[in-house]
Amino acid sequence: MGHLMDDLLTDFLTETNESLAEADLALVKLEQKPNDAATLALIFRLVHTIKGTCGFLALSRLEKVAHAAENVLGKVRDGALSVSPDLITAILSAIDRIKLIVAGLESNGAEPSGDDRQLISDLDAIFEGRKAASPPIAATPPAASPPAKASKSKTRKPEPAIARPDNAELAADVSPPGNAQSDANLAAQTIRVGVDVLENLMTLVSELVLTRNQLLQLARSQENGLFTGPLQRLSHITSDLQEGVMKTRMQPIGIAWNKLPRIVRDLSRELGKKIDLVMMGAETELDRQVLELIKDPLTHMVRNSGDHGLETPAERLAAGKPETGRINLNAFHEGGHIIIEIADDGRGLPVEKIKAKVLSKGLASEAELAGMSDEAIQRFIFRAGFSTATAVTAVSGRGVGMDVVKTNIEKIGGTVDLKSREGEGTTFTIKIPLTLAIVSALILQAGGERFAIPQISVVELVRAGEASAKSDASPDTGGSVIERINGTPVLRLRERLLPLVSLDALMDLQAARAGAAHDGALTIIVTQIGANQLGLIVDRVFDTEEIVVKPVAPVLRHISMFSGNTILGDGSVIMILDPSGIARASGVASSNEGRPRQASPAQFSLPHAGETTSMLLFRAGDNGIKAVPLGLVARLEQIAQDRIETASGVPVTQYRGRLMRLLPMSGAFDLTRSEQPVLVFSDQNGRGEQRMGLVVDEIVDVVEDRLNIELAYAREGILGTAIIAGRATDVIDTSYWLTKADPSWFHDRSTIANRQRQAHVLVVEDSAFFRQMIIPVLQAAGYAVSSAPDAARALAMREAGRQFDAIISDIEMPDMDGLDFVRAIRLGGAWAELPVIALSSLVREDDVEAGRDAGFTDYVSKSAKGDLIASLQQCLAVASAQHETARLVA
Amino acid sequence: MSAHATLTRRSDIKPDEPHSTEKDVFVTLFVADQLCGIPVLSVRDILGPQTITRIPLAPAEVAGSLNLRGRIVTAIDLRRRLNLPLASENAARMAVVAEQGSELYALLVDQVSEVMSLPRQQFEANPPTMPQEWARFSNGIYRLQDRLLAVLDITRLLTLSNEPK
Repeated sequence: MGHLMDDLLTDFLTETNESLAEADLALVKLEQKPNDAATLALIFRLVHTIKGTCGFLALSRLEKVAHAAENVLGKVRDGALSVSPDLITAILSAIDRIKLIVAGLESNGAEPSGDDRQLISDLDAIFEGRKAASPPIAATPPAASPPAKASKSKTRKPEPAIARPDNAELAADVSPPGNAQSDANLAAQTIRVGVDVLENLMTLVSELVLTRNQLLQLARSQENGLFTGPLQRLSHITSDLQEGVMKTRMQPIGIAWNKLPRIVRDLSRELGKKIDLVMMGAETELDRQVLELIKDPLTHMVRNSGDHGLETPAERLAAGKPETGRINLNAFHEGGHIIIEIADDGRGLPVEKIKAKVLSKGLASEAELAGMSDEAIQRFIFRAGFSTATAVTAVSGRGVGMDVVKTNIEKIGGTVDLKSREGEGTTFTIKIPLTLAIVSALILQAGGERFAIPQISVVELVRAGEASAKSDASPDTGGSVIERINGTPVLRLRERLLPLVSLDALMDLQAARAGAAHDGALTIIVTQIGANQLGLIVDRVFDTEEIVVKPVAPVLRHISMFSGNTILGDGSVIMILDPSGIARASGVASSNEGRPRQASPAQFSLPHAGETTSMLLFRAGDNGIKAVPLGLVARLEQIAQDRIETASGVPVTQYRGRLMRLLPMSGAFDLTRSEQPVLVFSDQNGRGEQRMGLVVDEIVDVVEDRLNIELAYAREGILGTAIIAGRATDVIDTSYWLTKADPSWFHDRSTIANRQRQAHVLVVEDSAFFRQMIIPVLQAAGYAVSSAPDAARALAMREAGRQFDAIISDIEMPDMDGLDFVRAIRLGGAWAELPVIALSSLVREDDVEAGRDAGFTDYVSKSAKGDLIASLQQCLAVASAQHETARLVA
Repeated sequence: MSAHATLTRRSDIKPDEPHSTEKDVFVTLFVADQLCGIPVLSVRDILGPQTITRIPLAPAEVAGSLNLRGRIVTAIDLRRRLNLPLASENAARMAVVAEQGSELYALLVDQVSEVMSLPRQQFEANPPTMPQEWARFSNGIYRLQDRLLAVLDITRLLTLSNEPK
């Protein structure tokens, strides 16, 4: 009997917890729509159920509270009482009390002692009408006025349906299907399963995957064909099973959100602000383990947005904004990740205030701050011990702020970034992996130990030799050479210097390595960490393996360089490297954190005109050799014919977990071959990564040569002809093909301008991709081109005495943006009079205005490259005319 | 841990009889020639020599990780933990696996010996002169016929300083 009671109690607790979460949501909704009978009925039913069940289980304290709340709700339902903020607050506090008692019940198995008389008498007072349903908020005479005038009334125009998911819908969505009262069929098709059962299943499947890998490894070394077939099947089934079990762990992110409306509601009352919380993409699913871990950071960020981000109604009105502030939550899938955006339309992050704070906390010096972009300064809020709120409120501002959020998100392999404009609002973007359970990893060896590194952060592998004492490692020695600046290793990689870090040194494994001699050639793993690349010097790399990530023991959690550990196919334990931890340990992530990047003179790129470029030679369509700068190509792949599928009429393939559009350069696929060579193009921009695969006939070679386009003509898809490796070669117009595959990639294709005097143009642009894109276009138009990846390096070129005829600069760049850059140029020096053209994706009226004010000669949209050439011609013509005039006058 | 609790409870039954005939059962082991005992109920496994993956940057006591039937177990070098001279590189060492906070740990010891059932009247508190390194991890001493046995406190042994509380 006692056992039966225990079971009953457990069921009761599970159910009650769910009901309470639902009630929270429903109450907030009720406050917004006081006349919504359905919501009211739902709340009444929930409270009534709680009351009924605890009567049965002899939980008297709970019963009394629930009873008092039910009384009030009953009267509201009957129309005898109207919904007021005070009433809702009273009911919410009753629900909070119930939660408290339930929590006590859960931990001790008995109701905790406590005094509910005040609460009950408050409720009774409302019930009996003694405490008149206070400041009558709105809309109570049923049917009379429109149902939206609660304290958070919405003054804005109605949202499109998708932008405002109904809270009740959300509640129904996120609660276990058994609870969704409307859909009886659904309930019949689902079973409630304990989380521990699923966890256990997942562990078992993980073990199975490992055992499978072990078997496969054994089978590979044995030529016995007997096992091959069954093993193959076992392998497939295991993969399917793994996928299936993973699916059971997926939950909609709405579960992590369902507390938020209540929190925002309380917040708005507490702070006297009007806040609208809009949630989009609540149905986006992710692994429940990730979900659990993301819950708190999310809550914290939403609180922050409400507390620090949004202004008071008066301030908002004064700033010409609607009285009601708005917090937008948006979740969606992208690649193997989930992106969650938390955006507010509040005051934005005040750069000056942050600066002052940074200085007062000694996080950076004034000189350092001066060299930083606003964005870099705003990112200081992710630093430990930073909090912008001057007053410590009950809500936030306790100093454990965004740094904790950032750490927590990074712990699960995610990233968080922000975009903020003063006066307009702040958007935080969180990117987290879908699941933590299984990843593809590259196995490597450093300092005699093996490690795994998640494949997702590996960009490429490079073999390089160690440079001898002489520092002028000439490029014609063939292979790449590690050079040193003041002892710090770097590698020249496609016109950029790649910072290197020796993994064994970082891991304190050098003693072990001294013995392990290598043949002079080292392997460098190029990793991408946020916006930075870092090369890890390792002894060697092995294979890639699917690994099941297991958390490290608590005693090892402080080592930020590991994200977990796992058991390999051969049964040995291996540590999994955390690239962002490594980056932090080696100081690379610093530019993300707001420290200025050290501009070292060695990092300037050389002029393009007389310099060689790596070109990929291939054939497609006709017999002629075609070329594309290798730097533009993300990867070369062979894609099997049977992996080419058709989606809405266009050929696609599944590539790294996503669909990639394929474009056959010759116009059609050669169906007779089993595999197609594909050049993969990829660009990181704004909303993430764009990919396209250009299908060619044959990849011929990669050569280093000068890219001098000799013949430029307007043939579709070809920039012009150049002599490459002694042969006339068509250089393809990448932008044409990208646009053909995806019209939104760019909006316009290049027009090839007439040749004219070889003017020398400097391109300042932080995106390597865009640089690679624009340089051939300019060259095709007859200009000699040099480039710099940021303003600091461009200015250093000026100091070095370099002369140009014109400068083309991006506006949005890290550290120093285009506006500051042009101001710096105009201040004086050799370049003060040069035409400087802004090339930006920001082309609103006021952006252009700001650009001209700062000193740009002209302002051109990034998507209109034809305009760029025209503008360049014009600017140069004007400049030379002025020059001529000046000469004549003199 | 659970074994420890069991012991306490058992002594609770007859609190007034310190010289009862109750016996406690220990897995005995040697570390640097000292005989030690671990309550048998807290021992999950005894392992022979294992392949251990070194973990760079880990606390000195952590010898590495090993694979115990698909679970990753952190190996703690008992000699280091007790501040004893280190074992030679190629000495084959055995391991006693215990659980702490749902994590498995393997204590690397020189030699695992027999399981002994010891009468409680042979138990004594640590002598006050016992060095700190030992007194921290020893719950007391059993007087055996020919030698002394130190009872190790598994919970304290496995609570490493770098662990967040």
